[in-house]
Amino acid sequence: MGGWAIAVHGGAGVDPNLPKERQEEGMRLLGRCVDVGISALRSNIPAIDVVELVVRELETDPLFNSGRGSVLTENGTVEMEAIIMDGPKRRCGAVSGLTTVKNPISLARLVMDKSPHSYLAFSGAEEFAEKQGVELVDNEYFITENNVAMLKLAKEANSIVFDYRIPAPGTVGCAVVDKEGRCAAATSTGGLMNKMRGRIGDSPLIGCGTYACELCGVSCTGEGEAIIRSTLAREVAAVMEYKGLNLHEAVDFVIRNRLDEGKAGLIALSKKGEVACGFNTTGMFRGCATEDGFMEVGIW
Amino acid sequence: MGWAIALHGGAGVPLSMPPENRLPREAGLRHCLDVGIAALKSHMHALDVVELVVRELENFPHFNAGKGSVLNTLGTVEMEASIMDGKTKKCGAVSGLTTVVNPISLARLVMDKTPHIYLAFHGAEAFAREQGVETADPTHFITPENIERLQQAKEANRVQIDYTQPMPREAKKNAAIANGDSQTGTVGCVAVDSEGNLASATSTGGLVNKMVGRIGDSPIIGAGTYANHLCAVSATGRGEAILRGTVARDVAALMEFKGLSLKEAAAYPVDQAPPGTVGLVAVSSTGEVTMPFNTPGMFRACATEDGYSEISIWDSPIKGNVLSMFWSISKYNRINFWIHICKGLHQFKKIPTVR
Repeated sequence: MGGWAIAVHGGAGVDPNLPKERQEEGMRLLGRCVDVGISALRSNIPAIDVVELVVRELETDPLFNSGRGSVLTENGTVEMEAIIMDGPKRRCGAVSGLTTVKNPISLARLVMDKSPHSYLAFSGAEEFAEKQGVELVDNEYFITENNVAMLKLAKEANSIVFDYRIPAPGTVGCAVVDKEGRCAAATSTGGLMNKMRGRIGDSPLIGCGTYACELCGVSCTGEGEAIIRSTLAREVAAVMEYKGLNLHEAVDFVIRNRLDEGKAGLIALSKKGEVACGFNTTGMFRGCATEDGFMEVGIW
Repeated sequence: MGWAIALHGGAGVPLSMPPENRLPREAGLRHCLDVGIAALKSHMHALDVVELVVRELENFPHFNAGKGSVLNTLGTVEMEASIMDGKTKKCGAVSGLTTVVNPISLARLVMDKTPHIYLAFHGAEAFAREQGVETADPTHFITPENIERLQQAKEANRVQIDYTQPMPREAKKNAAIANGDSQTGTVGCVAVDSEGNLASATSTGGLVNKMVGRIGDSPIIGAGTYANHLCAVSATGRGEAILRGTVARDVAALMEFKGLSLKEAAAYPVDQAPPGTVGLVAVSSTGEVTMPFNTPGMFRACATEDGYSEISIWDSPIKGNVLSMFWSISKYNRINFWIHICKGLHQFKKIPTVR
């Protein structure tokens, strides 16, 4: 076995003119999250708990597009979604359309562990949240000034923003393999700036934005449509499983051949403790670390 | 080569079914198959064919989609659907619909008329109104049979908490997983037209007694629905199993990456899933059809351009009259059938859905 490994991302498609201080802020946050993950892995916390822990950190910090700091719908409100998947038995929990749940990823975890289903959305998910006693806040809690300004720009440009000329923060995700070789993956997002109400993206769809199995864990980010059409996360695992490619070859293959005109990126790791990331966008906020001491945080 | 079509009305059918339940569903399958065949013969594009056929299945109140959708735990209907075009891989999906008469057509509009792929709940309903699609009062979709199913499911939940029912050993082999599975299921259609275009569409009311807001596999691209240049797949059964198995996508992936034939590729995820949880229909770009399932039965029908057609519920195609149907079903099913006949009609009616 190759030991534990962790990878995190804060979104693919970064404005090349993003101010240096924003870039550094992002990298610092990712570095902090990787450290949180490393401590947890060193104290033998299972992969499924580590990914939840790390994504909670990313949701709580308003910098990226998840939890607090989520981008806004066309109505100026926040509708969040998240998913967590446990590799060994491919159990999963997903949520969409959340408006008051402080940590969507933890509600996704509860869907997986405490409900007979895999995916709950909108008012049903909110009701479940209430019954489970998770922390609930007003929708305003999630809204940041930056995002209000960006929504205004997007409306003026009349666009649904996946276009880094109008910079928008990215989806967050984490993939982990623990010492026992168990993989897990989690993704959380506010979706697309200026999206239609009720729009669901790729992130909470198993096999599209997120996937974990015996072999690997994957979390994607970028153009939701492209990720769904290419079932990107499952694709990485499928080429490993059915074509016998190793992790790096699989990620490479998928990014090169499966995205057609679409722009996206992903982080992935294997049960052997390998880490890989791939993106065909300009930049992807990412960080990773492996048990043998390797650590990296980067954008370009 | 040539066109081909396959459609299903749900997996998880119990081992025996009284004629008053079976005959209308057979008739429904026959009608929808004929609609699909006529459309393909008139050179309709595969994407339009699957939408058309699924609309028919949704309108048919004996299947779990559109009118006749099963009820959630509150006794209301929440419908979902998805559609995918194999050539372009464009797709559309909807969930949480309560008033839209044909969810599959709304999914198609999401694909064609929005920059998104998937709209749900209030956002989807608002979009439906904007688009002027046909809507109806939520009560339109509710049938007396489904009210009864919900009641039974709620009672079964109470019973399950109180004690475990011992099951005959043979039945366990074919047992479907518990928790609300009913005699009806998701509907779906896959087709390849004479140009080789593939498409898939799936529509459902979900699981009996499901939690409000529960989304299953049917609207999830890669799980319940998938189409690319090699094949088109629509799955049915226990949503949670289909999701974790990414069933529809896996069929295509096995063809592409392992070079399996359609039949082999389709059989694999069905065999891998827990018994009694999955069935699917699939067609290939070369006009082949396959309809594997690991449940006791699956309502299904298919036809190919060379004149073959089939309508089936259990192991073997229905060959016409009841007697030949009886002899065509598997030995286990025949024995079970006789046991229940001997116990009398009231026993026959009381057979619980196989768990």
